[in-house]
Amino acid sequence: MAESVTRSSKTFKALVGEFGIAIVLAAEIGLFALLSPYFFTAENILNISLQTSIIAIIAVGMTFVILTAGIDLSVGAIVAFTGVIVTTVLKMNAPYPVALLCVVLSGLAIGAFSGALAGTFVTKLKITPFIVTLALMTIWRGAAYMFTDGRPVWGLPDAFSLLGSGRLFGVPVPTICMVIVYVAAYVVLDRTRFGRHVYAVGGNPEAARLSGVPTDRVVLKVYMLCGMLASFSGILLASRMNSGQPNAGQMYELDVIAAVVVGGTSLFGGRGSVVGTFIGAMLIGVLRNGLNLMNVSSYVQMILLGVVILSAVLLDRLRGR
Amino acid sequence: MAPLLQMSGIRKEYPGVVALQDVGFELRSGEVHCLLGENGAGKSTLMKILSGAIRRDAGRIMIDGVDAVVDTPADAQRHGIGMIYQDFKLVPELSVAENIFLGNEPTQGRLPLIDYSLMHERSREVIAMLGESIPTAAQVRGLSIAQRQIVEIAKALSKKVRVLAMDEPTAPLTEHEMKNLFKVIRRLKEEGVGIIYISHRLEEIFEIGDRITVLRDGTFVHSCLVAEADKRSLVRWMVGRELEQEYPKIPLDRGGELLRIEHLNAGMLKDINLTLYQGEILGLAGLVGAGRTELARVLFGADPRESGRVTLGGKEIAPRSPREAIDAGIGLLTEDRNAYGLIMQMSVRENITLSNLKEVASGPFLSRSAESAVAERFTSELRIKTPGIEQQVEHLSGGNRQKVVLARWLFTKSSLLIFDEPTAGIDVGVKFEIYQLINRLAQEGVGVIVISSDLPELLGVSDRVAVMCEGRLTGILSRQEATQERVMLLASGETALEGFRG
Repeated sequence: MAESVTRSSKTFKALVGEFGIAIVLAAEIGLFALLSPYFFTAENILNISLQTSIIAIIAVGMTFVILTAGIDLSVGAIVAFTGVIVTTVLKMNAPYPVALLCVVLSGLAIGAFSGALAGTFVTKLKITPFIVTLALMTIWRGAAYMFTDGRPVWGLPDAFSLLGSGRLFGVPVPTICMVIVYVAAYVVLDRTRFGRHVYAVGGNPEAARLSGVPTDRVVLKVYMLCGMLASFSGILLASRMNSGQPNAGQMYELDVIAAVVVGGTSLFGGRGSVVGTFIGAMLIGVLRNGLNLMNVSSYVQMILLGVVILSAVLLDRLRGR
Repeated sequence: MAPLLQMSGIRKEYPGVVALQDVGFELRSGEVHCLLGENGAGKSTLMKILSGAIRRDAGRIMIDGVDAVVDTPADAQRHGIGMIYQDFKLVPELSVAENIFLGNEPTQGRLPLIDYSLMHERSREVIAMLGESIPTAAQVRGLSIAQRQIVEIAKALSKKVRVLAMDEPTAPLTEHEMKNLFKVIRRLKEEGVGIIYISHRLEEIFEIGDRITVLRDGTFVHSCLVAEADKRSLVRWMVGRELEQEYPKIPLDRGGELLRIEHLNAGMLKDINLTLYQGEILGLAGLVGAGRTELARVLFGADPRESGRVTLGGKEIAPRSPREAIDAGIGLLTEDRNAYGLIMQMSVRENITLSNLKEVASGPFLSRSAESAVAERFTSELRIKTPGIEQQVEHLSGGNRQKVVLARWLFTKSSLLIFDEPTAGIDVGVKFEIYQLINRLAQEGVGVIVISSDLPELLGVSDRVAVMCEGRLTGILSRQEATQERVMLLASGETALEGFRG
């Protein structure tokens, strides 16, 4: 009797170990499918992917940063600053292809610049990533307000909204972007020398350096990548809102970090994957969507989200034993 | 009279491995009982069970002949069982007294305020009992490693320890500090403390030990008085076979000049001049802090150099990073493989290929099959004991971890390899394999520099021995000239042997 109990608990543990957080996501989806007939329709699933895409794309960059045992708190502010800059660029009314090119280039330049700043402070001046990116967060947020006098940028050409609100073969463009980013990130982390270097730097920076890994360069690249994905998301968000909002992306950094950590990436670096991050982001997105469908108030939603984050991380701890 | 501690029938299983099987161990009060075995023999597991860090699957632990529950570290402490680990568990920011009474602070009567005067007084008593004098108000941060060890022992004593296990306590100590530690251990014996002593240095066992117990592959092999054993039989019990000779030296004719260092200055290093030939094994001797590791790091580009000229294979090199040094053909096996060598979260495969990913990639993309082939080749060639190449290195024993780092450097195909304390904390069997490997590298024409604090080892493996003292090279001795006495003289800064200067 006692033996059968231990055996079943062992198989449960083995199951959790194998699929971990994916089981929680499946259970969540099953539960909402039972509770709401609309939940499990193709339309709603596309809807979830659209709503989650922006957080999920930034979470890819954050996964790289956290894998090196860093953190980037500036992503939400970069989203806002990029949004107001690119919309302002758009209003210069250049011909369409030129305008789009300017938007993408200026947007990505902001992210790359911010990331390069963060990376330089972290590697050359040895300041902890938390402080560096906290400072950058308030700088970019302040810059977004200052640049717009605190007012949104309106009156954009219609074509711009195609990026955030358009569809290709029925699939929202941001969803397609998200899938491409995830596939590319998976390949980079799992199959390239750079990806291996990221894990090595996060696992043991000094051992990595003494093994010939160019640690400073790796860290710099990782922050630039994170910044660029944040600014790319900023362009998508501005397009979806068809405006540049200086208060856009508030608290995004927390949602993004939650997605990464729920997805099993260790805050101490060296362990994790974008597959986990994807599941983590979806777990949070599905929860929001399902609770909305059931008309649960946003206050209660916040509490439930906190509970889910704690349970997911707890599950990960069990897996580690 | 019942022995102080008796462990019997101890069994511990991990998924896929039986770490301990029916192991027995007995300790009397006032004796030093040496626990011997190769890496992975089960010594650490047995000690973790004794200290309550992990739970046994079966077996009894008796103290004074009475069954004792030792399921948690708190249980162990209650029974007077103390551990001194290799990496001390001290808080560097706190004072000596605060560390000794950490978690056990005396209070002022009923008030929840720490009674500092009492704490310092008792700390002084405990330290004096060990025949030492360390200011109890000093910050642990500023103490030497030997002093920290004394603080650890004092901490255990303050908790009325009766069983004290010490894991490789002499590994970080100088000769003089070691003698002092032995004095402290003898005092502990007089106090009736039973000491479990783990060490890979067999010489020490004959000096300090009373009894030995040998484990091999998780099973009990032999137990007897030290007086009844000799070095040869100890090795046979540990390894399970005879080792013919300790150092399998193959005499070689040295090749052409490989490395030339001229007037090198960097940090503590002053005017280093040294030449190394192809196929030569050069031992680098000196006391801890003489600058040997510093020299290795400068050559490897890990630390900056101030002035001087270094040529490798006739070409001048000045690496500004380990990457540049590796590309130039230099490899450095660092001391402390856990801190500076391995990425613990990574697999055996990933650790082996890390320094030479180019070789298993086309452009930026890695080839998993090429990588696996390399890892498989080295695991079988070096006989790395692992369930597979995908195993995380943190689950390997010390000797196998070291082989993984060795494999990494072999895979870089360097023309100059520097080994910094390659056999520290490694058992005799694997040591022998490492010596053979160094010989093989030399035969292939690689220039090898070996840094070791184990002088007999250094003399055993080297063709020439260079001696350092306080950042200077004080002499270079040929294999014939190099005796322990001569090396020690040069290492302590004696310049009487001016004639041997290289």
